[in-house]
Amino acid sequence: MKKLSIKIKGTILSVLILLFMLFVWHLATTPKKVSAPTVSASTSEYEALMGNSSGANSMDSVPKSGFPTLTQMGQTFAKQLSHPFYDNGPNDKGVGIQLAYSLGRVGLGFFLAVLIALPFGFVIGMSPLIYQAFNPFIQIFKPISPLAWMPIALYTIKDSSISGIFVIFICSIWPMLLNTAFGVANVRKELINVTKTLEVSPLRKAFLVILPAAAPTILTGMRISMGIAWLVIVAAEMLVGGTGIGYFLWNEWNNLALSSVIFAILMIGFVGMILDVIFAELQKAVSYAD
Amino acid sequence: MQTEKSFLTVENLSKSYKLEGPPVFEGINFEIERGEFVCIIGHSGCGKTTILNVLAGLEDATSGYSYMLGREIKGPSLERGVVFQGHALMPWMTVLQNVCFAVKSKYPDWNKEKIAKHSKKYLEMVGLVNAENKKPSELSGGMKQRVGIARAFAIEPKMLLLDEPFGALDALTRGVIQDELLKICSETAQTVFMITHDVDEAILLSDKIMLMSNGPNARIAEIVINTLPKNRKRANLHLDPMYYPMRNHLVDFLINRSKDLQAKGATGELDGYQPVLVRPGVDTVTA
Repeated sequence: MKKLSIKIKGTILSVLILLFMLFVWHLATTPKKVSAPTVSASTSEYEALMGNSSGANSMDSVPKSGFPTLTQMGQTFAKQLSHPFYDNGPNDKGVGIQLAYSLGRVGLGFFLAVLIALPFGFVIGMSPLIYQAFNPFIQIFKPISPLAWMPIALYTIKDSSISGIFVIFICSIWPMLLNTAFGVANVRKELINVTKTLEVSPLRKAFLVILPAAAPTILTGMRISMGIAWLVIVAAEMLVGGTGIGYFLWNEWNNLALSSVIFAILMIGFVGMILDVIFAELQKAVSYAD
Repeated sequence: MQTEKSFLTVENLSKSYKLEGPPVFEGINFEIERGEFVCIIGHSGCGKTTILNVLAGLEDATSGYSYMLGREIKGPSLERGVVFQGHALMPWMTVLQNVCFAVKSKYPDWNKEKIAKHSKKYLEMVGLVNAENKKPSELSGGMKQRVGIARAFAIEPKMLLLDEPFGALDALTRGVIQDELLKICSETAQTVFMITHDVDEAILLSDKIMLMSNGPNARIAEIVINTLPKNRKRANLHLDPMYYPMRNHLVDFLINRSKDLQAKGATGELDGYQPVLVRPGVDTVTA
């Protein structure tokens, strides 16, 4: 027992780093005691006009930095997480609902991309000719920021929510397409020769040999796609608005509720991590030792 | 069945990978009888694997023909089983699944139990019943190669093509599998074409050994008839009076004579060359 495993040591270190960061945060946002506020006459008059008597503020005697303290963060977390699914109309929904909207869009766009990218990637991977024919288009479309498609999507689809889904679709498709094609094209020659000498039918070959052989590469592509999709959905929702975690974040920024913004940021990170873990597990399930 | 003079015939086979430049091999002629075990020996680069791939139907020759049972070999066929140099097992399938996959390809109408039973019979033959649920990555090199052999036998091919199947194995494992292969082949009267680098392996296993000269312009220089009695055993092989004449002849070819033909071949001196038929220890050999 004298040597702790790397894993346990790592966890302890992680906790320490977290505590350190929280401590720095705490130091940076602690209200400083300020000697009696010297308020100029004009300022106090303005304050009075705005309905803030200078006396009301003097209670905390704090010039607020505006950045939330740990206590305020804690309150926001408690408030948001205790009722994640409340729905008080268009501009006031629980974070759970907003995340569900985002996940729904990502899921739908991603699913459509899978439907197109896997079969098409398969064909491209199998046929060098088709690969050559489509390669220039893929190379040109791939580096385009998915948000650049937004105006076109909005103009043609005329629905902000579906446009969001389209943007997810268009950004998810490339890594999956290329990885599928790569995986399929690079199945070990030997294994292909085995199927040839066994006169395996094309369909059996595709599903029983090429697909399992390329599955780890395909899953890697899907994992990358999902990562990008989750990055893009936040930005897309900020743009189109309405619902979703991206819209929630932007809305809270407009409310100048920084604690809610930070809360949303952490939620985005947390959900993104879960998605990545899911795909890592799927990847593990289909990978094989050579 | 019509009676063929020979089971497999290769006529004037040649292969060039580039348009200009000499062919890797040319003027390859040989015949294999039913039930014969034929080894081909030659230095690297003489095109042994290419010849095997042509016979398997995986590669096309530049010119020449090959026939099996009177039909031209065009494309791969279940009639010819191949054991690949690297075992070429599907890494995501278990041992049994690998063999079943092949059996299912050959007998698509069979039900699951029949396929499994048939596959297990061949796994038993190579001594691997206990490993049937393991993945190839969990097996040693020798065991993987055995699975490859079981898979090739399980489709009951008319002919078996072995591409240096024991090349990557240590001497001890190799000996054990050689014995197994010898036993199986004599039981099933399997026709085999095998590539090897190992002279002793060729003497132990084969009825006929084809010696290839160096490439490019490689040819079959000699066809050596194995003069050792048929029921050879690895344990007492070296005690046979024919063993050393045989071995010396083969080694001598590989070291000295394999270069000679290449020089002549490049100048076109060898057009229409027919390989010499040799019985070491029986004929008097003139080098």
